[in-house]
Amino acid sequence: MNRMTIATLATLAIALGGPGSAFAGSEDVVVEGAWARASIGTSRPGAAYMTLRNTGNEAVTLTGIMTPIAMMPEVHRTATNDNGVSTMAPAGDIDIAPGESVALAPGGLHAMLMRLQEPMIEGESFPLTLTFSDGGKVVVEVPILGLGARGPED
Amino acid sequence: MQAHALKLTPLQKGLWALTGAGLIAFGSLLLWVDDRGDPTRQVQEPAFQADFELTDHQGTVRTDEDFAGQWLLVFFGFTKCPDICPTTLAEVAAVMDGLGDNASRIQPLFISIDPERDTPEALADFVPRFDASIIGLTGTPEQIGQTADSFHIYYEKIEEAAAPDGYTMGHSSQLFLFDPSGGYATSWQYGTPAEEILADLRERVAG
Repeated sequence: MNRMTIATLATLAIALGGPGSAFAGSEDVVVEGAWARASIGTSRPGAAYMTLRNTGNEAVTLTGIMTPIAMMPEVHRTATNDNGVSTMAPAGDIDIAPGESVALAPGGLHAMLMRLQEPMIEGESFPLTLTFSDGGKVVVEVPILGLGARGPED
Repeated sequence: MQAHALKLTPLQKGLWALTGAGLIAFGSLLLWVDDRGDPTRQVQEPAFQADFELTDHQGTVRTDEDFAGQWLLVFFGFTKCPDICPTTLAEVAAVMDGLGDNASRIQPLFISIDPERDTPEALADFVPRFDASIIGLTGTPEQIGQTADSFHIYYEKIEEAAAPDGYTMGHSSQLFLFDPSGGYATSWQYGTPAEEILADLRERVAG
């Protein structure tokens, strides 16, 4: 998938709050470079990656994710210690300070899509809804890249 | 006459034996700790040899001897792993792609540390999709335990209600390189860019 397509898809991210809404902060979250790897069937969890940028003046807190393609989506964090041992656990709430970005990228935070309801097929895309502590939601359309993709530009 | 010989009571003999055993154990522990100290250091004598007997994703029993004469690129993981394992497999696939003509001299091996779920069939449906040359290996829990010991790697089952089947695995995520005689050559930490691994590998394989 080329950069243009990614850029186009990224702009499809819709802040449901919108200007002048009652939400404090989440309407200023911009999602960039979203991508996911194709899955093999539905028996293994999928993963999606993206960067969340808080362009506003208020701190925002990502509290959860939802998608129609998985029954149990959750943000997880992979951590690798000094001995090279990697473990993964739910990340909990994720704070993004004003002007800061949080990257969901391989080997760190990722949107883990457990109990897939359908296979993730290369070339297709799916909506992922990010929910924030102020009640706002941001929907991003995530393009599905190849199984061997290493980043949003593969 | 044995007047000057040390006459030890059975109790004293026992104590000396214990002291000796303790010293040996302590010495072994120091060696063991040293071995695990820094996997990236350069050594003249290989720190250890690749040693395993496992079943590959086509159901064939494989040992380290089957790969004599080839460089081995070895990494550990499990197929239900959504982040690190596919990322490492994708990195290795990119490295194999980049090796071109040298690729035939390097055999990548993905060894499962989740023998409960990773049957040869499960591996067959996962590993070769990243690169046809990567061989997936699994075995009985005992075989995987022995393999982990011989490769000095760590893995653990972590109970987690939300994870598939209620657990996930923590595991060493380095990529290990063994020379054509099976000796440990080097390792790269998870997250080392494929380009960096490729450049290092090219130099070693050519040299």
